[in-house]
Amino acid sequence: MAAKKNNTQETTQVSHGAGTQEKVFPPLDPSTFAPQLIWLAISFVALYIVMARVALPRIATVIEERRDRIASDLDQAEQLKQQTDEAIAAYEQALAEARARAHGLAQETRDTLSHEIEAEKAQVEKQIAKKMGEAEQAIANAKSAAIGNLSQVATDAAQTIVTELIGGKLTKTEVNKAVSKALAS
Amino acid sequence: MANDQAHQAQGGMPDPIHQFEIKRHLDLEVFGVDASFTNSSLWMIIAAVLVSLLMIWGMGGRALVPTRLQSIAEISYEFIAIMVRDIVGASGMKFFPFVFTIFMFILFMNMLGMLPGAFTATSSIAVTASLALMVFVTVIVVGFAKNGLGFLKLFVPSGIPKILYLLVVPIEVISFLSRPVSHSVRLFANMLAGHITLKVFGGFVTMLIGTGGTLAAVSIFPLMMAFALTALEVLVAFLQAYVFAMLTCMYLHDALHPGH
Repeated sequence: MAAKKNNTQETTQVSHGAGTQEKVFPPLDPSTFAPQLIWLAISFVALYIVMARVALPRIATVIEERRDRIASDLDQAEQLKQQTDEAIAAYEQALAEARARAHGLAQETRDTLSHEIEAEKAQVEKQIAKKMGEAEQAIANAKSAAIGNLSQVATDAAQTIVTELIGGKLTKTEVNKAVSKALAS
Repeated sequence: MANDQAHQAQGGMPDPIHQFEIKRHLDLEVFGVDASFTNSSLWMIIAAVLVSLLMIWGMGGRALVPTRLQSIAEISYEFIAIMVRDIVGASGMKFFPFVFTIFMFILFMNMLGMLPGAFTATSSIAVTASLALMVFVTVIVVGFAKNGLGFLKLFVPSGIPKILYLLVVPIEVISFLSRPVSHSVRLFANMLAGHITLKVFGGFVTMLIGTGGTLAAVSIFPLMMAFALTALEVLVAFLQAYVFAMLTCMYLHDALHPGH
């Protein structure tokens, strides 16, 4: 089986050793074409089958899975971001509402208080006015009483003085008349 | 081995072509066809196994946050997926495993060829030509299967004066037929030339050191050159795999959408 090939190999070696230029340029040597082509076909076809059937579909799956995973992660991130935005918006709205309500309450309290103060002030003023009236009344009474007393005292005094000084008897009516006259002037 | 010794004995520069020789590790013959397991076969198998390991074992974790190896596998996947989608179109995604296998296989054969002592399977015209022909045949089969005779519109660009068809159609046919040639020779020649250049500069270094004296000190220059070229060759190894896959996509685009 191998004898023929050994022969050709030996002859090339011999011719080369002799230093002649008869030797075929090895890359173009047709005697080596057949084994190269056969083994090229074997290795290429085997490699093609391994690549097409096993290796490439596996890599395609891995790359596909990774792409899906990244896409779904991005989706999830987007969704979470949306939720966050919503939460922030809700929080800000609640904050604004609370601020408005606080403002309203403060205003209301202020109004109520000022109303109450007004009412109380009015009442107090009314009371003061009433008390003032009473006091004035009391003063007037006292004054008139005092004046009444004064005329009594004056009458008595005048009667006594007249009696002492003049020694005459005067009726009360006459004295009263004189005192009133004197007081009126 | 025998060749190496012969060169050392001659005291000359190492033969830059020697690295492209096919060595039979195991002689096989199947149905009268020579199917020997050679160094070329070995490195093609290693490339196929490494690609499979990267794409299957590297993806082992199937982690949501990828490990380094998983990242490499996923980046390769997306790199080619985007290329196929952009050039061939969304309808061309069924060719994605095909283009992906071509790209990774060529890339790994090219890159493995940069290892010292490794064989660059893509530096043989037989390999690149059969890959290119495979693409060529695929394009023709898909083109006729998808479009019927409409596929021939590929050779009849629209919007030019009728008389020019006499000129344009033959040109289009020739350019279509020459595709597998340029497709395969581009990859083959790049890998071949790069490795020869590297070997030549490497050879200078050993030769200069071998002579000794002041010339040994000068060997730093070809060494630096070889160093720079290695970086360039790594780039070329990637670039040629990319170009091969890119052209495959463009040809497949023609197959699916023959109207210009």
